[in-house]
Amino acid sequence: MHLLKYVRKGMISLTHSLNDPQLMREIIMDHYSNPRNRGLVDDDSYLKVNMNSETCIDNLDIQAKFNGDVIEDIRYDGEACAICISSTSIMSELLKGKTKEEAQEIIDNYMNMIFEKDYNPEILEEAIAFQNTYKQANRIKCATLGWNGLIELMKESEE
Amino acid sequence: MLDVFTIRKDFPMLNRSMHNHPLIYLDNGATTLKPQCVIDAVCNYLTNYSGNAHRGDYDLSHEVDTQFEEAREAIQKFINAKRKEEIVLTSGSTDSLNLVAYGYGETHINEGDEILVTVAEHASNTLPWFDIARKNKAIVNYIELDKEGKLTLDNVKKAITDHTKIIAIAEVTNVLGYHAPMKEVCDHAHEKGIIVIADGAQSVPHQVTDVQATGVDFLAFSGHKMCGPTGIGVLYGKYELLCETWPTRLGGGSNSRYNSCGSVTLKNPPYKFEAGTPNIEGAIGLGAAVNYLNHIGMNNIHEYELYLRNYAIEKMKQLDNIEIYNENSQGAIAFNIKNVFSQDGASLFNTYGICVRAGQHCAKILDEFLNVTNTLRVSFYFYNTIEEIDAFIEVCKKGDDFLDAFFE
Repeated sequence: MHLLKYVRKGMISLTHSLNDPQLMREIIMDHYSNPRNRGLVDDDSYLKVNMNSETCIDNLDIQAKFNGDVIEDIRYDGEACAICISSTSIMSELLKGKTKEEAQEIIDNYMNMIFEKDYNPEILEEAIAFQNTYKQANRIKCATLGWNGLIELMKESEE
Repeated sequence: MLDVFTIRKDFPMLNRSMHNHPLIYLDNGATTLKPQCVIDAVCNYLTNYSGNAHRGDYDLSHEVDTQFEEAREAIQKFINAKRKEEIVLTSGSTDSLNLVAYGYGETHINEGDEILVTVAEHASNTLPWFDIARKNKAIVNYIELDKEGKLTLDNVKKAITDHTKIIAIAEVTNVLGYHAPMKEVCDHAHEKGIIVIADGAQSVPHQVTDVQATGVDFLAFSGHKMCGPTGIGVLYGKYELLCETWPTRLGGGSNSRYNSCGSVTLKNPPYKFEAGTPNIEGAIGLGAAVNYLNHIGMNNIHEYELYLRNYAIEKMKQLDNIEIYNENSQGAIAFNIKNVFSQDGASLFNTYGICVRAGQHCAKILDEFLNVTNTLRVSFYFYNTIEEIDAFIEVCKKGDDFLDAFFE
């Protein structure tokens, strides 16, 4: 945790360090070994979905609590690889407290990054650590499992 | 011992690379690479004599029949079955095991009967039995494994009750790779009138198979795990048992006659099980694969694979960061890199061009025995080399850098 410390203090701009694999690695390892918002809550006001990859072992339950238009809380738990856990942790941190519209914009940019389309790195913050995913086709599912779970819950909240 | 460098020239896949490294294929438990002679046999059928089997009144169809039935005879000899009619061509082990469960099990299992399996079985030798037990109000029970994960005759004896009708076990398990004492199990079971069904998917490709010597009642295996094409496999069954087995698919080619009242006369085994146009190129390809394996020699293959496995185990044991779950078996090696989730480990190997499987390997109740939910698995075949294992070991050492894979 060297560079990351300075980034989090605002001393280094994350988007200016895009090409620093060491920093990207620190971000992923940090969220993997110390995942944020992990652990499910026993509360009926949360919507819940199980995301179980058909092609690998990643298996996470995702919970979200909506208050009108705002995503008030995001939780998750289960068993998954480093890429899946860390991308879900970052997603939860990034989208918690956002309106659905704001969240949708971030999600769209994230998916564009994953699928090699144009995206705005600024709004993705630490999620840009997954910018290389497209080079590892077998990890795309890992890097999007938690995100897709939230997309499902956002849809469900509209029903 | 066999000449691996000559053998490797037979496999065009070994010329390719993955992630800019020469391909090192260590997932032979999943499927195997194909030698040129198998590819040629399939292409030759598709190019030069692709007619239907058992149908025509012209030379071309006769040619197909001859090749198709020659493949069946080659398979018969390969496992030393008494007659070629005991060889049912299916789409693979899963299809074969389903055929036994629904064609034989469902019609022979009564309420309260017991089916014995182990927790190390592949899903294909577990899920059909769960379903039959549910439908027929029977019970699936487990033969206890010894502390290493092996099936022993003693534990088989302990598990058998007066209600046991079927024992369905892998001859070699797909994660732990231990051999079942098949002849002893069959001898004991037959004294009690119990039918033994063997999942041979991980045994038949790697060792001499002699169904008459073991006395097994049914044996299922897959073509693609023994250098053959995908979509073709075998159910061996003792002829009298196949006569008692009901086909799970009916239709063209499986009946000799029927009338509008619904009265149907089925053909004899194996043809009553092979309704519809068969996978002709698959069968011909499997026949070529069997001839190829015979040419190399199953004893040579078994001995060489043990040599590779022992070498790999010795090297892996020298590494502090590797945990091995089945040091003493003869099949696949199940292991983990300490503190690295198996899938992250597999990604790391991928970056170095090495195919290694991660997960539960379709044995989803094995975790209750191993106390780990998923593992890495390497499984060798006779075209693998000591040099490939050395490359694999070097990547094992890099375990802590598993995220490198993500930043290549």
